Amino acid sequence: MDAKISVNQIKKNFNALPVVDGVDFSVADGEFVAIVGPSGCGKSTLMKIVAGFERPDEGSVNIDGKPMTRPSPKGIVISQHGSVFPWLTVQQNLMFGLNGDQQHGEKAALADHYAEMVGLKGFENAYPHELSGGMLKRAEIARALVVKPEILYMDEPFSALDALMNLKMRNELLRVLSEERHTVLLITHDVEEAIYLADRILVLSARPTRIQASFKVEQPHPRKLSTPELQQLKENILSQLGL
Amino acid sequence: MERLNKIWPPLAVLTAIVAVWWYVVVATESLIFPTPAQVVTGTMELVEDGSLWEHIGASLMRVGMGFSLAILVAVPTGLWMGRVDGAFRTLNPVFQILRPISPIAWIPVAILWFGVGNASPVFLIFIAAVFPMIVQTAAGVHTIEKRYLRAAENFGVSRSRLLRQVIVPAVLPEIIVGMRISLGVAWLVVVAAEMIALRSGLGYLIIDSRNAGNRYDLVIAGMIIIGLIGLALDGIMRLLEKLKVVRWRYGR
Repeated sequence: MDAKISVNQIKKNFNALPVVDGVDFSVADGEFVAIVGPSGCGKSTLMKIVAGFERPDEGSVNIDGKPMTRPSPKGIVISQHGSVFPWLTVQQNLMFGLNGDQQHGEKAALADHYAEMVGLKGFENAYPHELSGGMLKRAEIARALVVKPEILYMDEPFSALDALMNLKMRNELLRVLSEERHTVLLITHDVEEAIYLADRILVLSARPTRIQASFKVEQPHPRKLSTPELQQLKENILSQLGL
Repeated sequence: MERLNKIWPPLAVLTAIVAVWWYVVVATESLIFPTPAQVVTGTMELVEDGSLWEHIGASLMRVGMGFSLAILVAVPTGLWMGRVDGAFRTLNPVFQILRPISPIAWIPVAILWFGVGNASPVFLIFIAAVFPMIVQTAAGVHTIEKRYLRAAENFGVSRSRLLRQVIVPAVLPEIIVGMRISLGVAWLVVVAAEMIALRSGLGYLIIDSRNAGNRYDLVIAGMIIIGLIGLALDGIMRLLEKLKVVRWRYGR
C-alpha cells in the first residue's frame, strides 16, 4: 500500500545552519503519527515543510504519491497559538474553508454540525474573544474538520492550554477521530501526549534534526498511562531524548 | 452613579474656567472681550437669524466631502501598499515627505488651482486626511499576524475572499484609528481654510465677526461651537470602535 505522506530525505538550512538533516519517514492512510523532539530541534520547521508552507533545500514530500508544492485544504494545520479569525464569529470561522458552490444555508448547517461535534453548540454566533482557550481550540479543530481534510497537521496543538484542559482535549480529539477517521501528524514535546494519542512515535535528535528512533504503540484506546508497558515506553522514549 | 463620577470633574474645571473668565472681564472692565453672558446672547442672535446652522452646515459639508474622498483614495492605496512590497517601497517615501507639510501651507496652492469656491477647502481637507489614513492602513496590513494569513492560504480561499474575509477585517481596526486621526485634522483644517476666502462656514464666521465691528462675542461663540462639534465628531468615531467586528482588537 502506498503511504499517505512520504517524506524523503529532506534537508533544510537557515543561513548555512543545518536545521533539518535528512529526515525520512512515511505515514500510512488513517495512521496517527507523533513526532517528539527536544525544543528548538527544528520540529516546527519540519512541520512547515511537510504541510507545504516551506520548501526543503533537498529531498521531497509526497502526498498520495504526488509531490507537495504548496499548502492545500487536503491537509489542515492546527498550531499552538491557533488561527481562528478573531473578526469572524464561530460559525463564520467554520464556514471559512467551504469554497464550494453550496448554498449559504448548507454551509451554515455543515458548520453547525461540526460545532456541535466539538461541543460548541450554542456558541455559533459568539466571537472568539468571548470564548475560553479550550473552546477556541475546539473551534479550530472544527474549522479544520468542516473541509473534510484527509490529513491533520497538529503542531503543539494543546501546549498553550492549561494542564487540565490539555488532558481533556486529548480525549476530545480521540473522540472526534473515532467519528471521522483522519491521517494525523502530531508534533509535540510532550511524550505522554504522544503515547496517549499516537499509533507510532518518531523521536527526533537535537539540531540538525534527524529521526533517531521509532516506537509503535499497540495498546487500544482509551489508554492508561500508568500501565507498566506504557511506563516502560515512556522511559525508553525519554532515554532517547537524553533524560 | 459611576457616570456621574466621570462627568463631574471635567464639568467642575469648565465651570471654574468660565467663572475666572467672567471675573477677569468684569474686573478689567474690558470693552471688547465679552463676558460668558454676552457670548450666550450673541449665540442666540445667530440661532435666531438662522445663520449659525448655515455656517455649521457649510463646514460639515466640506469636511464630509473631503473626508469621504480621502477614505475612497486612502483605504485602497493603503491596502495595496501593505500587500505589495514594491508599491510600499515606491510610494511610502513620497507620502512621508508630503505628510509633514501642514495643510495650511497648501492654501495658496489650493486657491491657485481651485479658486475661492468650495473646491479649495474640500481639497485641503482631502490633503490633510488622506496621508494619515494611508500610512495607518498600510501599517495595519503589515501587522496582520502571519498565522492568519497562513490559515487562509491553507484553506485555499480565492483572492477576493482573502481580501474580504481576512485582510480587510484584520485591518479595519487600524483603518478606524486612521479615520479618527484624519477627521480630527480635517476639522482643524476646514476652519483655517474658511478664514481665507469663503463666505460661509464657522471659520468665516469668526473672521467676519472680527472684521465687521469687533464682534468678539461671536468670535468666542464660533470657537466654542467648533470645539463642541470636534468633540461630537470624535465621539462618532469612537462609536465605530465599539462595533463587534473590531472589538477583538481594542478589547484587551
